[in-house]
Amino acid sequence: MKAVRFGYMTAPVLGALWCFVIAVTMAVAMSFATGAAFRPTLLTLPWGAAIGMAALYGAPALWGAALAAALAGMFGAGPMVSGDIGMLALVVGHGAVALFTALGLAKMTEELRPGALSRHEFEESVIRFLTGFGYIFFTAIVVIPFYVMVMTSLKNQAALMANPLDFSLDLSRGWHLFDSYYELLTQYSFGSYLWTSFYISVLTVFITLAFAIPGAYAVARLRFRGQAMFSRSVLLIYMVPMIVLALPIYIAFSMTGLRNTIFGIVMIYPVTTIPVALYMLQGYFRGLPSEVEEAGLMDGLSRLAVIWKITLPLSLPALASVSLYVFMIAWNEFLLAFMLLDDPSKFTLTRGIASLNSSEIPRQHLMAGSVIATVPIMLIFLGLERFMTKGLTAGSVKG
Amino acid sequence: MTDATPPTGTGPLGRREARLAWGLLAPTLIAVSLVVLLPLLAVFWISFKPVGLADLRPPTPIVREDIRGDLEAAGDKAVLRYRLRNSSQDQQILGVTLVDTWPDGLTPTEIDPRCDIAEGRLACDFGDWEGGTRDELRVPVTATAAYFDGPGAGDSDPIIDGKASNILTNLDFTLENFAQVFDGSEFWAVFGITLFYTVFGTLGALVMGLFAALLLNKSFRGQGFLRGLYLFPYVAPVIAVAFAWILLFDPFSGSANALLIQMGVSSEAINFFGERPLALIMVTLFEIWRYFPLSFLFILARMQSIDTDMYEAADMDGASPFQKFRYLSLPQLLGILSVLFLLRFIWTFNKFDDIFLLTGGNAGTRVLTVNVYEQAFALSNIGAGAAVAVLIFCCLLLFSVFFFKVISREEGL
Repeated sequence: MKAVRFGYMTAPVLGALWCFVIAVTMAVAMSFATGAAFRPTLLTLPWGAAIGMAALYGAPALWGAALAAALAGMFGAGPMVSGDIGMLALVVGHGAVALFTALGLAKMTEELRPGALSRHEFEESVIRFLTGFGYIFFTAIVVIPFYVMVMTSLKNQAALMANPLDFSLDLSRGWHLFDSYYELLTQYSFGSYLWTSFYISVLTVFITLAFAIPGAYAVARLRFRGQAMFSRSVLLIYMVPMIVLALPIYIAFSMTGLRNTIFGIVMIYPVTTIPVALYMLQGYFRGLPSEVEEAGLMDGLSRLAVIWKITLPLSLPALASVSLYVFMIAWNEFLLAFMLLDDPSKFTLTRGIASLNSSEIPRQHLMAGSVIATVPIMLIFLGLERFMTKGLTAGSVKG
Repeated sequence: MTDATPPTGTGPLGRREARLAWGLLAPTLIAVSLVVLLPLLAVFWISFKPVGLADLRPPTPIVREDIRGDLEAAGDKAVLRYRLRNSSQDQQILGVTLVDTWPDGLTPTEIDPRCDIAEGRLACDFGDWEGGTRDELRVPVTATAAYFDGPGAGDSDPIIDGKASNILTNLDFTLENFAQVFDGSEFWAVFGITLFYTVFGTLGALVMGLFAALLLNKSFRGQGFLRGLYLFPYVAPVIAVAFAWILLFDPFSGSANALLIQMGVSSEAINFFGERPLALIMVTLFEIWRYFPLSFLFILARMQSIDTDMYEAADMDGASPFQKFRYLSLPQLLGILSVLFLLRFIWTFNKFDDIFLLTGGNAGTRVLTVNVYEQAFALSNIGAGAAVAVLIFCCLLLFSVFFFKVISREEGL
């Protein structure tokens, strides 16, 4: 460890690693954007080391090294090599590799100098490297699957088979880019699935709240025997895996004719969410000052009136979080819908997507269906992120 | 004068409060016991029963009625024919009876000894039927003039009834299901796969979550955006992201394979979700990918509540960044990490959708939960599926004992 703690060791090592990270990232990004063959070479390591070393000797040296790397790249001797591509992609691709390498290294080596380093300076630069790597890594793993999902839905299967990396869009197709969405909505009745999913989720939210609010209030505020045991068993109950319950529910629904009915689904969904909602709400109710409620009681309100007039208005933010969380669970629910619904006229969105997974239906339809299911929940999530994040932290004891 | 003592037991107010509490809890209790406790009991019951998917429809007697010949004028002759069968090929039905309204003005010329016509009703008693029984009842009739005023012979549906022993409600029990589940090496393979998936899925998600939380535990522009973005895998419907992964890693048209080949990492396409050890690793990676946001959210929340004074003191003492993480942050986070570990462990153990969608349990990825589905629906053996479910439930009870021990220490719940 001691041996690395010299500027002339640390900077090139970090430089080589960082340049490798950037070259791989850019190669993947450029491949996905243009479909052309970009790939990092082993030359990334010496180039990175050189840029890292240069960074120790001030900005002019650093940018000079970066420029050299960019130019070398365009002639095939840089950190990344590219296949047969246009001038613009060539300049942008290699330029970006050099630029981001240099920017990152400038930041990492800010406190470094060629000689011996203190432990502080050394660790600070390593942390900066890890931070940069972390941002790229997490962003890449999160974005790539969604990018593939959206882009595939806008292309056609033949083009994807020919070059699986080419996600560039043929903008001349204009509105025909959205053909698979149009077909899903017209021929595969995804409009009705969307509506079914929506109203099932909304009903689930209301039914869940109707059950969970009084229950949570009782557990949080009222004294009765078995209270502690009760709040534990709530937790325990929502740890029971759905697949264990799905089997007898399937049997019971088959026998009573509730299978294939929306009514059956609306009956079963809230029960899967009531324990979560109850658990979240009781935590919140406990946090409310009980003095306010006692004041209400003293003024002659009944308990139920206290809940309605004092507790609920005070817990609107928590109710919003719980509602959103329950909505998300119901919207994303797959197992029960898959087992209990066979009739295409009653499918929810997730069940509808499952029915698209066959070799006769082109892939872009499957992905378009996935996008249709994902976009509403994402929009709600982005719009109400504050509530949603609260709800997730409070309630995601549930998987 | 007696000493003043505090009242013991519950007073009327306390009792009223308890009554109200149970009243408020009653709807939840009823709903939960109907949909959770009852099914749980049912699973235990079914796991001791030799029941297959086909047995869900109990055997019933079936009858079809038709008239051979035309009844157009008084004196016409015809044959009323009832074709009867047992819907099940192998189970018996006891005490089968048939009842049909007998139209006025129709005279039977000959009557089957098992049947009887009285008060405008044809009633027959067929006794017990073995599985696969087929029978035919023929009643030759002559029409009289009165027949043509009332409803015809075919207008009323015959009602047939019989008692079949329903496999789900009778008292036949068997240990066959458990024997089958524990049979051979397959069970241990499934168990091993479940453990691998659960342990590495949980640990991976925790470590990734910790890393992501460290990244975002500072304020900079775009922090909120990145936090939202990193939650996407968890918020999106599992079916959508699972199919996106399948597509991404497809051996023929997947982008991941194309990238690997282009970068020279691999020389030929890899069947990520179809090869034996690789498929299990891939589903575990998917699990980590999908659930790191959750650990990240929890850990970040905890990090932001750590007192900053401590770090300032450490700075004064000259602690390096790694030392601060190792000796200050980590001990503070240990509580939430252990709670998260247990929680995620249980939930990963219970996970069904993800693996079911990604591989369907093929290529060495069949965990216990997928095994329930596999046994019950793919192999049509509901009893064996229930036996696996019982096993899962027992494991869950075991875990939850640990869980409650830890969580009551950490959260004071």
